[in-house]
Amino acid sequence: MSAVATHLRPDPLPARMSKALPIAESAASPSAVEVPRVPLRALDQLWFQVSGTVCNLRCGHCFISCSPDNHSFRFLSRADVAEHLRASVSLGVKEYYFTGGEPFMNREVLGILEDTLALGPATVLTNATLLPQRTVDELAKLAHASIYSLELRVSIDGVNAEMNDAIRGEGTFERAMEAVGRLARVGFLPIVTAMQTWPDEQTDRILRSFRRVLAEVGYDRPRLKILPPLRIGAEAERDRPYADVERVNHEMMSGYPADQLLCSSARLVTAAGVWACPILLDYDSARLGDTLKEAVRRPARLAEQACYTCWVNGAICANLPGFTADAT
Amino acid sequence: MRTPRLDVGKVDPPSFRRVAAFGGVYSNHLALEAAIADARSREVDAMVCLGDLGAFGPNPDRVFPLLREHRIPVVRGNYDDSIARGLDDCQCGYTDPRDNHYARLSYRYTLSKTSRENRTLMATFPAELRFRLGDLEVLACHGSPRRTNEFLWESTTPTHFLDKLAADAGADVILGTHTGIHWTRSWDADTGGRRTYVNAGALGRPANDGRTEVWYALLEVEGGGLSVEFVPVAYDHRALASEMRAEELPEEFVATILTGWWTTCLEILPGKERAAGRW
Repeated sequence: MSAVATHLRPDPLPARMSKALPIAESAASPSAVEVPRVPLRALDQLWFQVSGTVCNLRCGHCFISCSPDNHSFRFLSRADVAEHLRASVSLGVKEYYFTGGEPFMNREVLGILEDTLALGPATVLTNATLLPQRTVDELAKLAHASIYSLELRVSIDGVNAEMNDAIRGEGTFERAMEAVGRLARVGFLPIVTAMQTWPDEQTDRILRSFRRVLAEVGYDRPRLKILPPLRIGAEAERDRPYADVERVNHEMMSGYPADQLLCSSARLVTAAGVWACPILLDYDSARLGDTLKEAVRRPARLAEQACYTCWVNGAICANLPGFTADAT
Repeated sequence: MRTPRLDVGKVDPPSFRRVAAFGGVYSNHLALEAAIADARSREVDAMVCLGDLGAFGPNPDRVFPLLREHRIPVVRGNYDDSIARGLDDCQCGYTDPRDNHYARLSYRYTLSKTSRENRTLMATFPAELRFRLGDLEVLACHGSPRRTNEFLWESTTPTHFLDKLAADAGADVILGTHTGIHWTRSWDADTGGRRTYVNAGALGRPANDGRTEVWYALLEVEGGGLSVEFVPVAYDHRALASEMRAEELPEEFVATILTGWWTTCLEILPGKERAAGRW
C-alpha cells in the first residue's frame, strides 16, 4: 500500500503524552476488556479504498500487506464512488482521500478524481510508479480545471535506491523520482512521504538529503512528511510488532483530545463496507457497517494496537493534523 | 480600560449597511492604522477585527490603542487565546519543524512583549460576533464557526461544507480569517436564499502574492444583495521592516513584508495556494 500517514509528529502530543503514558497493567486483549470508543464528531474526511488491496508493489513495510495478488478487497468503481460522493454532500464532507493498494491500478481513477474535484479537494496516495507522462498530463488537466486542490502524496522510503528499494522493491526509487520530476514540471507540488526507519537524530540529515535528491529531478521546493511506522501487516515482520503495552486504554483517553484521532472525523469506504480508518483494514473491529449511513452513527473502537500510533502522533493520515476543539 | 465592542446602537443584533472586516493583524500596527483610515474614508458603519492581534510583527501592544480609539470589536483568535492564557504555543497547528521554529520565536516574542493589561483584555474577546447586514445574519469568527483554529482555504473548502457550517450556525454570511489569504464564495442554499463565506485575509502580512499591500474585506448590502470587495492597503511597509529589525525579529519575516512572498509557515498551504506563491 502507498503510505497513508503523512505528517511529522504534531507538537505537543508525542513528547508530553508519551512521557505521561500510563501503561495498562494487563495489556488485556480487546475481547477481554471493553475498549475506548470515539464518536464521529463530523465527517470531515471521506476515504476511498479505491484499488482495494491490490498493488503493483510488495513493500516490506505495508501495514495491510498489499500486493499484486492480494485481492482481499476489490476495486471501487466510478459508480461506487459517485454514489458516496452524492451522500457526502449532505454530510458536509470537507476532504476526499484515495488510497489502496495503488490507486492508479484502478483504470477509472481519473474519472473518479474528475467527479470528486467537482465537489471538493482530493488527495491521492500513490507509489508513483504508474505515472507516465500522459497520466501526469491528465492529472494536470484535472487540477487546473477545478477550484479545489488535487494533492499527490508520493511514497518514497529513502533518499537513494539502496535505502528505498530495500523496502519498496528494486527500481522503485528511480521510477518514483522520475514521476516526481514529471509532476513538478507540470506544476504539482507532490507531498513526498517516507516512513521513518532511522533514529530520530538522523531525521534532519535525511530531510536535507531528500531536498537535495528531489532538487536533482527538478523538484526544488519539496513538501516532505515523515511517518511513524505502523507495526502491523508486513511491517510487524520487517521490524517488530507492537509491544503488549502499546495499546490504548481508558486511562490514556482521560483528558486526551479525541479530535486528534482520525476516527473522530473520518470514515473509509471499501468494496466490503465502511471502516473507521484506512489503517485497520484487516481488522473486523474497525468495520462499522455496510453503508456510510450506518458507519457515521457508530463510534470507532480503539481496539487495535495501531490505534496506539495514532494516539501518540495524532491523526497521521490527514494532510494536516486534527485540531483540538476550542478549549474555552 | 474599555473593552472593544461592536457599536450596537439601539438595535439588537445591530444592523449595518457597510462593514469593514480586518483579518489577522499580527502586530502590524502600521497596516491597521492605514486600513482603519481607508475604511473610514469609505464611510463604513462599523469595523470588526477577526482576531490574532499578535504574532509575526513588532511591538504587539501598539495595536491596542488603535482598536480602542476606533471602538473596533475583536473576535478571539487562536493567538489571542494563547497569549491571554499564557499557553506554551500559538495553537497554529504547524507540523513542519522549520515552521514550528519560527512559530515559537514569534510566539515567545509576542508573549513577552504583550502587557498584562492587554492580555487581560484579550481574555474577554468573544469567540464570535453576530450582527446584521441589511436582512442578512452575519457570523464573524476567527477560523470557522466550529473551531477557532480551523483553516478554510479556498482550494480545500467545498461549498457543501460551507453550507453545513452556515446552516449549523444559522448564518447567511460567515466571516473569518486565520489563513492569511483572502477569498470569498457565494452559493444558493438548499433551503433557499444565498449564503456567503468571506475570508478577510490578513492585515499583518501580504497575501503571498508578491505585492507589499495587505488586504481587508468590505461588505455591503444594496437592494437586499451582498457585495464583497477586497481592498488592498498600502502602508509604510519599509518602516515596519525597520521596526522588525530593531526588535531583532527573523529576517525571513522581514523579507515577507518587503517582497509580498511568504517565507515561513508554508507547510499549512494546500497545493494550489502553495503553488501560487514563490517559496
